[in-house]
Amino acid sequence: MSHPPDYINEMRPQDILTPLPAGLACRPGGFHIDPVRPVERAVITHGHSDHARAGHGAVLATQETLDMMRLRYGDNFAGSTQAIAYGEELKVGDVRIKFHPAGHVLGSAQIAVSCQGTCIVASGDYKDAPDPTCAPFEVVACDVFITEATFGLPVFRHGDAADEIKKLLASVALFPERAHLVGAYSLGKAQRVIALLRAAGYDAPIYLHGAMEKITHYYESRGIALGELRAVKGVRKADLAGTITLAPPSATSDIWTRRFPDPVTAFASGWMRVRARARQRGVELPLVISDHADWDGLTATIEATGAGEIWVTHGQEDALVHWCKTRGLAARPLDLVGYGDEDEADAAPSGEDAEA
Amino acid sequence: MNRFAELLDRLAYEPGRNNKLRLLTAYFREVEDPDRGYALAALTGALSFKHAKPGLIRDLIAARTDPVLFALSYDYVGDLSETVALMWPSPFHARTSPLPPRSGGEGAGVGGGAAGSRSRTETEPAETPPDPESELRTPPRAARVEGGGRSVPGHNNPPPPTLTEVVTTLRALGKTELPKQLARWLDELDETGRWALLKLVTGAMRIGISARLAKTAAAELGDKDPHEIELMWPGLSPPYLDLFAWLEGRSEKPVNLDPAPFRPVMLAHAIENGDFANLDAADFIAEWKWDGIRVQAVSGRDPRGHCVARLYSRSGEDITRSFPDLLPSLQLPGTIDGELLVLRGGRVQSFNVLQQRLNRKVVSAKLTKDYPIHLRAYDLLGEGDTDLRTLPFFERRTRLENFVQRLDDPRIDLSPVIAFDSWDALTAARKDPASAGAGEDAEAVEGVMLKRRDAAYLPGRPKGQWWKWKRDPHLIDAVLMYAQRGHGKRSSYYSDYTFGVWTSGEDGEQLVPVGKAYFGFTDEELLQIDRFVRRNTTEKFGPVRHVVHEPDQGLVLEVAFEGLARSPRHKSGVAMRFPRINRLRWDKPPREADRLETLERMLKADAIEAAAGAGGH
Repeated sequence: MSHPPDYINEMRPQDILTPLPAGLACRPGGFHIDPVRPVERAVITHGHSDHARAGHGAVLATQETLDMMRLRYGDNFAGSTQAIAYGEELKVGDVRIKFHPAGHVLGSAQIAVSCQGTCIVASGDYKDAPDPTCAPFEVVACDVFITEATFGLPVFRHGDAADEIKKLLASVALFPERAHLVGAYSLGKAQRVIALLRAAGYDAPIYLHGAMEKITHYYESRGIALGELRAVKGVRKADLAGTITLAPPSATSDIWTRRFPDPVTAFASGWMRVRARARQRGVELPLVISDHADWDGLTATIEATGAGEIWVTHGQEDALVHWCKTRGLAARPLDLVGYGDEDEADAAPSGEDAEA
Repeated sequence: MNRFAELLDRLAYEPGRNNKLRLLTAYFREVEDPDRGYALAALTGALSFKHAKPGLIRDLIAARTDPVLFALSYDYVGDLSETVALMWPSPFHARTSPLPPRSGGEGAGVGGGAAGSRSRTETEPAETPPDPESELRTPPRAARVEGGGRSVPGHNNPPPPTLTEVVTTLRALGKTELPKQLARWLDELDETGRWALLKLVTGAMRIGISARLAKTAAAELGDKDPHEIELMWPGLSPPYLDLFAWLEGRSEKPVNLDPAPFRPVMLAHAIENGDFANLDAADFIAEWKWDGIRVQAVSGRDPRGHCVARLYSRSGEDITRSFPDLLPSLQLPGTIDGELLVLRGGRVQSFNVLQQRLNRKVVSAKLTKDYPIHLRAYDLLGEGDTDLRTLPFFERRTRLENFVQRLDDPRIDLSPVIAFDSWDALTAARKDPASAGAGEDAEAVEGVMLKRRDAAYLPGRPKGQWWKWKRDPHLIDAVLMYAQRGHGKRSSYYSDYTFGVWTSGEDGEQLVPVGKAYFGFTDEELLQIDRFVRRNTTEKFGPVRHVVHEPDQGLVLEVAFEGLARSPRHKSGVAMRFPRINRLRWDKPPREADRLETLERMLKADAIEAAAGAGGH
């Protein structure tokens, strides 16, 4: 025999986590998840700049996420910090929170928030595809699953990333006199591409744009082997023939590229699945490598969580909400603003007019 | 099929001609017969099968996907073939591997967590930081991806079709069997393979490869001159086993048995003022350069004695089907090099009028009546079975005069020679073609051609044999309004410029865009404009920058162009032919740039002709 319903204490999921302009607010816990405005207490899923911002009072995140925020914003990025490990559980106010790997980038986490018998998982950005540079995604059983929808259309199916790397290496072999420039987000994607190149047996030095040196060396300091890396700055043009350089996406169509001999412009991103997107960016070698779950990944994950209610955020919400409903799941778009391509924020260091 | 799809995919993104050649030649080298031959056929437009209609593709996808998801996807992707290729639910590529382990959040159960496999993380220590060894462990769901494509391990999936299989099956397939066959192939191929298949079956390749480029790439395989392939091409058929055998040095050169083959065209160099000092006027014959399209009209007899006539573009493309009204006139065996024009009442019409006849798949009776086609002959490359190309030009010219006379056909006439005894006399003729023999056709003259009397007919652009001396282009001063990044080597430069001229609008004087140019400037000038654009940007829209264009602020470009046409698609109502940047006018304030009325005055003559065309007479 169970308890009689207690209407006064029963909490609806939207009372536990509520979308507010500052971000996803947990009133009973007194914190926000990935707030886009400065708040008193923030719980952060991962280090990308659209999720991890400076200026909060107290920040709870994995050690890696905290380190990345420090690298990006300096030592005073928050009033105080607290590190939490995957699988660790913490009581915060009237709720309990637990971190689980999200498989998105190093240190990325899903946050399970439980209150009075209801569990909501805020998954942040995630992917279920393998990634040699971070802990694998873990499905967390829950009542309400909050999912991203960056690639929330059935046209987005990201194949084997190793095949895309083969494409890149075939091009390097066919055009030994040209430089290959791979646009990749500096946090996560760049290191994954390097690790994949190494796994494919490419052992030549890999060159880095200045904007990705710090974060890449941080990855190495966390025990992720990336082989020989060199700064591209100061290298003679002729010496860059036949080499691979990683750069923030915005730099690959900038004045900066003039230092390379007849560069082949590649871009490693899930967006490269759609031709118009690749063409818009002037990409010559699109590489479909994504750090977000593809359509099949999103739908399989939603089913696997066993959640009866799905909240869909940043991306193509409509299609995913529609799909959930056809499966008999309660679903709604969660109108959160401020999340999207981390590229825009990442782009800054390259500087459009920075000559040299 | 997948290797061919990969090639198409890569070619579609590669802007550089030489790089395209490299990709193509590498493909021909790696891929075996007969697949590479069918690829060459696909790239040169030599495949013939009934194309599938978009409606068929729509039906196939509608039967397999949720209509709302399809509509959202199509809206996002914008291209039917691509949308279908990407979202096609293949039974062989589906994800069927077991679900990843679940870790129970506390209190889960309200929504009913069905699977009971409880948390790995509850029993294992936390993974922060992930130790390098565990990194390399294959994660639970990962097996399906970074292992061997999406296919289910251990399952015996049907192999994807080869290009040969696709082409030969399509040729034999009936209309009713097509949907089922297409669906089977779509199941078997991956995303890129499906995209290429759909492009192929709908006949919409459009990847920026000319037939000429594909043949040049094949020639490189055997280090041969592409002209040799052009010559034998009409006698070859897919999958070109004999061609590849010859290119790889395994057999003799294939013999061209075609009765009406294309001969590589001879082209002219542009003459510069300084060149005349070294040239003797007596060595040359001059003709008008007509503003039409250069063609080669070939007529021959097949083994049964039937007359075969074909019309080729200057790159060797067979354009016979677009001009059925000219064919009856090509009844004498021979090869004429000439200009295709539209004549009305004996008068040559402008290029704008001729344009109505170009690139038509269906040629209606009305079209041939309203735009009567005409061939103006420049040269004779062959007569009967005799190849005349080694003869000097003046001898070929005599034979041509004789040949045209024997044809005695109102649709074919001789391009007249210009009488001149000195360069000064020719300069005067070029300046005023109307009084130098071109008469009322002077408007259709775009300059003068100079041909050495003793020049043999040589393929390509041999030095010092033929010269073209074009009419001076029209010039206007326009103001730079928008700049866009270029492609390939120029992707870091703002090298595509939209320029405008002044007109009176509702808000007073304003600039209206009249054209776009992306060449004509020197490398040094490109750097200067690029710098100007970056420093004077007022707004950015993706790859496009709005550049300051005020009466007292901005950059004036002297734009050269060959002609003007009315265009309802442009806000200004005019479209330029062959516009390029002639000079940078740093010295000129934008307010002194030209006005739209200047262009409209230039249009008037043409407008009268175009109206006559639209009216049907």
